[in-house]
Amino acid sequence: MRVGVITFPGTLDDRDAARAVVAGGAEAVSLWHADADLKNVDAVILPGGFSYGDYLRCGAISRFAPVMNLVIEAAGKGMPVLGICNGFQVLCESHLLPGALTRNSDLHFLCKDQEIEIVNNTTAWTSSYKSGEKIVIPLKNGEGSFQCDDETLAKLEDQGRVIARYVGQNPNGSRNLIAGITNERGNVVGLMPHPEHAIDELTGPTAQGLGFFTSILNAMVK
Amino acid sequence: MAKIVVDVMLKPEILDPQGNAVASALPRLGFTFAQSVRQGKRFEIEIAGEPTATQLAEVEKAAEVLLSNPVIENFVVRVEK
Repeated sequence: MRVGVITFPGTLDDRDAARAVVAGGAEAVSLWHADADLKNVDAVILPGGFSYGDYLRCGAISRFAPVMNLVIEAAGKGMPVLGICNGFQVLCESHLLPGALTRNSDLHFLCKDQEIEIVNNTTAWTSSYKSGEKIVIPLKNGEGSFQCDDETLAKLEDQGRVIARYVGQNPNGSRNLIAGITNERGNVVGLMPHPEHAIDELTGPTAQGLGFFTSILNAMVK
Repeated sequence: MAKIVVDVMLKPEILDPQGNAVASALPRLGFTFAQSVRQGKRFEIEIAGEPTATQLAEVEKAAEVLLSNPVIENFVVRVEK
């Protein structure tokens, strides 16, 4: 099982994402933003960072990188895609996921360990968790406030497409405490906090982020 | 040479923390006129000669695809004299 990790100029978390993929039991394959080749991967991760310096809008320039055309096409055919933080922003700009991520409501860049609740464990990236399971993983972003119109929000809620919510006080002003969402098919997931930074207790606050990377193996074995 | 201006603003229903921060800074400096402030982006695009209808349509398209995110933002295209 090969999981691609895309590096854009300005991506920060590609190494940690690749390490998490390996810890989860798959092979990590480096993909470059300018590649017009997905190197036969079975799934793709868009890691966190500041791709293209967050110029214009977070993720707005990355969305037009050559590799993204292939990701959008593959996602449409059902390939599992996980966007973390900046990757989530890229997925929204690509219209693979609805809504947008805007400036944190208090304007501060956040960096903290955050409790989230997994509320949909039927996606390609969350099946290792129990529904309602609470985990603690790092949250670090400046533009993590999930926004969308009322109609979209109602649709996300009605279709069970919110996959994770913040527990406790709303850290960034996201509507309905949304920390992550999925597409209708459940193969594309966007998540603002960082499971790849919480795969062992030596380097992370917990090892509870690992489930995202073992889930993808379950999805492939099925 | 002509200048085409694209103004991009967050939709009214989208929270604008930056605008709010500006609005709360103004009275601290003694400016008491503002009921609210919204912050946006302005793009100035220079082209050779007077813009044609086709060029303006292309700018509209670019504003929709790249310069704005239609999920959260509105834009207005105009030619500056």
